[in-house]
Amino acid sequence: MTVKTKYEAVIGIECHVELKTRSKMFCGCANEFGGEPNTKVCPVCLALPGALPVANKEAIEHMIRAGLAFGATIPAFSKFDRKNYFYPDMPKDYQISQYDMPLTLGGSVGYWLEDGTLKECRLTRIHLEEDTGKSMHAGGGDGRIAGSAYSLIDFNRAGVPLMECVSEPDLTSAQEAVGYLEALKRTFVQLGVSDVKMEEGSLRCDANVSIRPAGSMKLGTKAEIKNMNSFRSVLRAIESEITRQIDVLESGGRVVQETRGWDEAQGVTHSMRSKEEAHDYRYFPDPDLVPMEIDPALVERLKATIPALPHDRFVRYHREYGLDPKQATQLVDNLPLAEYFDACVSASGNAQLSTNFVLGDLSRLANETGTPVYASPVTSASLAELIGLVEAKAITSKTAKELLERMWAGEGSPKAIVEKEGLAQTSDAGEIERFVAEVLAANEKAAADYKAGKTNILGFLIGQVMKASRGKANPALAEELLRKKLE
Amino acid sequence: MNELVTRSAAQIARDVNGKRVSAREITAAVLQRVDETDDRLGCYLSRLNELALDCAQRADRRIAAGETLPLAGVPIAIKDNMCLRGTRTTAGSKILENWIAPYTATAVQLILDAGGIPIGKANLDEFAMGSSCENSALGVTRNPYDLSRVPGGSSGGPAAAVASFQAAIGLGSDTGGSIREPGAFCNVVGFKPTYGRVSRYGLIAFASSLDQIGPLTRTVEDAALAYDVMAGHDPSDSTSINRAVEPAANALREDLKGLRIGVVKEFATAKLGPEIDALYKRAYRELADLGADVVDISLPTADYGLATYYLIAPAECSSNLARFDGVRYGLRVEGDDVGQMYERTRAAGFGPEVKRRILIGTYALSSGYYDAYYVKAQKARTMFAQDFRRAFEHCDLIAAPAASSPAFEFNAKSDPYSMYMMDYYTIPMSLAGLPALSVPCGYAGTPQLPMGLQLAAPLFEEAKLLGAAHAYERATEYASKAALAV
Amino acid sequence: MASEKIDVRYVAKLARIALSEEEAVRFGKQLGDLLEHVNVLSELDTASVPATAQVVESRNVERGDDVTPCLDRETVLAMAPQRQGAFFRVPKIIAES
Ligand SMILES: [Mg+2]
Ligand SMILES: [Zn+2]
Repeated sequence: MTVKTKYEAVIGIECHVELKTRSKMFCGCANEFGGEPNTKVCPVCLALPGALPVANKEAIEHMIRAGLAFGATIPAFSKFDRKNYFYPDMPKDYQISQYDMPLTLGGSVGYWLEDGTLKECRLTRIHLEEDTGKSMHAGGGDGRIAGSAYSLIDFNRAGVPLMECVSEPDLTSAQEAVGYLEALKRTFVQLGVSDVKMEEGSLRCDANVSIRPAGSMKLGTKAEIKNMNSFRSVLRAIESEITRQIDVLESGGRVVQETRGWDEAQGVTHSMRSKEEAHDYRYFPDPDLVPMEIDPALVERLKATIPALPHDRFVRYHREYGLDPKQATQLVDNLPLAEYFDACVSASGNAQLSTNFVLGDLSRLANETGTPVYASPVTSASLAELIGLVEAKAITSKTAKELLERMWAGEGSPKAIVEKEGLAQTSDAGEIERFVAEVLAANEKAAADYKAGKTNILGFLIGQVMKASRGKANPALAEELLRKKLE
Repeated sequence: MNELVTRSAAQIARDVNGKRVSAREITAAVLQRVDETDDRLGCYLSRLNELALDCAQRADRRIAAGETLPLAGVPIAIKDNMCLRGTRTTAGSKILENWIAPYTATAVQLILDAGGIPIGKANLDEFAMGSSCENSALGVTRNPYDLSRVPGGSSGGPAAAVASFQAAIGLGSDTGGSIREPGAFCNVVGFKPTYGRVSRYGLIAFASSLDQIGPLTRTVEDAALAYDVMAGHDPSDSTSINRAVEPAANALREDLKGLRIGVVKEFATAKLGPEIDALYKRAYRELADLGADVVDISLPTADYGLATYYLIAPAECSSNLARFDGVRYGLRVEGDDVGQMYERTRAAGFGPEVKRRILIGTYALSSGYYDAYYVKAQKARTMFAQDFRRAFEHCDLIAAPAASSPAFEFNAKSDPYSMYMMDYYTIPMSLAGLPALSVPCGYAGTPQLPMGLQLAAPLFEEAKLLGAAHAYERATEYASKAALAV
Repeated sequence: MASEKIDVRYVAKLARIALSEEEAVRFGKQLGDLLEHVNVLSELDTASVPATAQVVESRNVERGDDVTPCLDRETVLAMAPQRQGAFFRVPKIIAES
């Protein structure tokens, strides 16, 4: 047993995801990224004396849809609480959040690893809260808080709605953590509840990492890792933290409970607090807001708006249609293309050919022309029609490729082109025999080679027949007739 | 004294709408009255002469154009914990001493839209925490009936301004008695509507679940007038009530026939001394004389009001006042780091009473004490609501003292708890969110100083409450039976 | 609800209020006294009583997701005790969390 396999990691993730709304959580200021500092603020989000919050209905509905997507329970009753602590970019010096009655409870996130292994991570809860402003640390310290002389604050982000997703400690590796986060991201994007733009900081996560002897049920002491701002940094930070904890235990030390920051440049986590300061957030129900009673009819109505989820699609593509995990992921991550694909599969009944065309020729054409497949003149119905022609052996696959290009160019439905141009595959033995004779006459050396035992040259000859017939010849019949002539 | 300043708000509105006098004339007379008296009284922290004259001119123009304005030309004293755009809004605190509000409170806006004339921002106990106005960090307000005494609090400034004819309507806020007690001390009507009836948007929060804006006026009719203008749902205040408001001006009555009025057994006034005991007994008799059926009721939790209130209000205030941190506005005292800046700013910016309440509230919410203190108090609050609900099965209104004594001298209450006791009779109604008012009911002490009778009604029954108070006021006319000291 | 000795320094730290020696002693005593008074609540049997956060029960007060005008930036920054350009400026932040 190696040192690495002697231990197993236990990982839980807390992540904050910005909700996609037009206005902020408790005021009408625009929820937009960027802009001149301190221009998207009003008495409410700047916490001016006397200002009061009013909850954004859209944000609440987004939360419910997010919960439903993961099979969470939507409690009949929910409320907002105040989390009290001082921080200069938090205008009220308390955050409106949810403490003991979040909008969604439980549920689980299905995700997959690169090799297609399906996994699941339970959710503890998803709750709704507001974002803080942004501090820039200046006067030394390279923009970092440590060593800076002062900080500059922009409150444009203050009050932006966030959902905080808290997972159970079901993850056992950095890869799983990333798989889980990717599943969250995909799902939120497809639900339309968030854009999840990592570069704009719209998904931020912290990981609780501990290790224990493999097979043990007892949880080890956990460290909380902060400051991971990309999936890559999540992967590296967790890997590095697991290694660090193993080293600590192996050298006879013990892991201390603490918050550790991820240092992207150094590739290590470092302790953020020398002494563990007790947090006393003094949560209590926000008396400025009234409780929420969630109408079951609303839940039903929202349920009906939830599209096929990325995880279900992945399972279908990978397990049912046999797409490899990469192809399946590629489709899952391109919803319009996936919908196009699904429409084609259901119209043609042929997942294999749909995959080949959509991810093969059509994607190539899309790349070449810059037009997405689903926006091209090749509709899913016309692609299904083409697949039908191929299945019925009415055209050869070579003709199919040619047809696709012409359909892409807007020449109409495959059947129409085939009829107009006489491109239908021919199985007329007499006609094909003429092509065979023509080809053998022009390729005497190849014919001689075949007869001398180089039978693999047959492929070349079949190709020549196909070419002579402009692709129309039934390849099987061409082969049969060639063999007959050559033997 | 110019007779114009003594007119009631209702009378002014009638006269200005009827073009018998202009808003400008009324305003000029009141501004002059303020010039003559406020040096001695100290009602106003900021005077708004220019704005007042602008508003008067606008009101006159609107009336000339054919509009009728419910508060045409009515001079208003605004407690300085309400935002009025472009004016200094201090909450009586050093921490906001120079803050100019960039927006206007909903209630204030409604008053201005109705033709009201903002005369000035009136003094208060810092952040509305107090019962004497002595906690103001920015000025001393004196009782217009005895300059050696306090006007009551926390709405002491508007109460004294209305009593001394420096305004016809004072806008106050009441968290545990802060409109009713100064109303009683200053011989005016002080009315706290049902919690949530008037928007709190733009009212600098003390305790969010208790704060309520209401009027201080010289007549019940004026209280009804101001209430009818301010009451109603505000989409900017989630806790404002979304239900129709029965206009109180139409409900004013001349007798109390058919009404049952409950006197709370636990509020026995004997402990207040024979003179005050006799005064309240007379008041209850007067209610009966007007046709009311006066009955005994019980409020078993009565004695727990102060304890409940002095957990809930500080808990909420400790959080509400966190925002005064020296970062975005208000006072800042520099420090080596942000934490030190916070601690120094808040140490210098808040007075002792505010600090005390922030500390007690922080403690009551802190880990390990939350259930024992905060949650316990929230449960006790439920019991108050239940007690009142049961009590109102036996009566339509409740009568009680508005304060346990007349106005006291400055520095008379050095122990915080003895000051807190001033709100003993008003706090239970606040905990239950009930509409309640104080109306002058006579004089007590040496010298004889005003006392107030408190009347309370079930939730949302403001019209019934004001109607009854009107009958009592008309029959007794106590307010007019003493002379001002200015 | 036993009467506890309040760690007034800890509470003041949470509340971010610097206390002088004298204040710490005075407030410590006053808070202790007040808690004595408040302890009468332990006489109330609240075992089966729900907590009331708001007396007037309303539910689901929400606003539509509409954008409304913001404050003018100069008005906002004019309030700042210290500004730098378009930002609010504060002394250095000692990292806590
Ligand atoms: Mg959070
Ligand atoms: Zn805003």
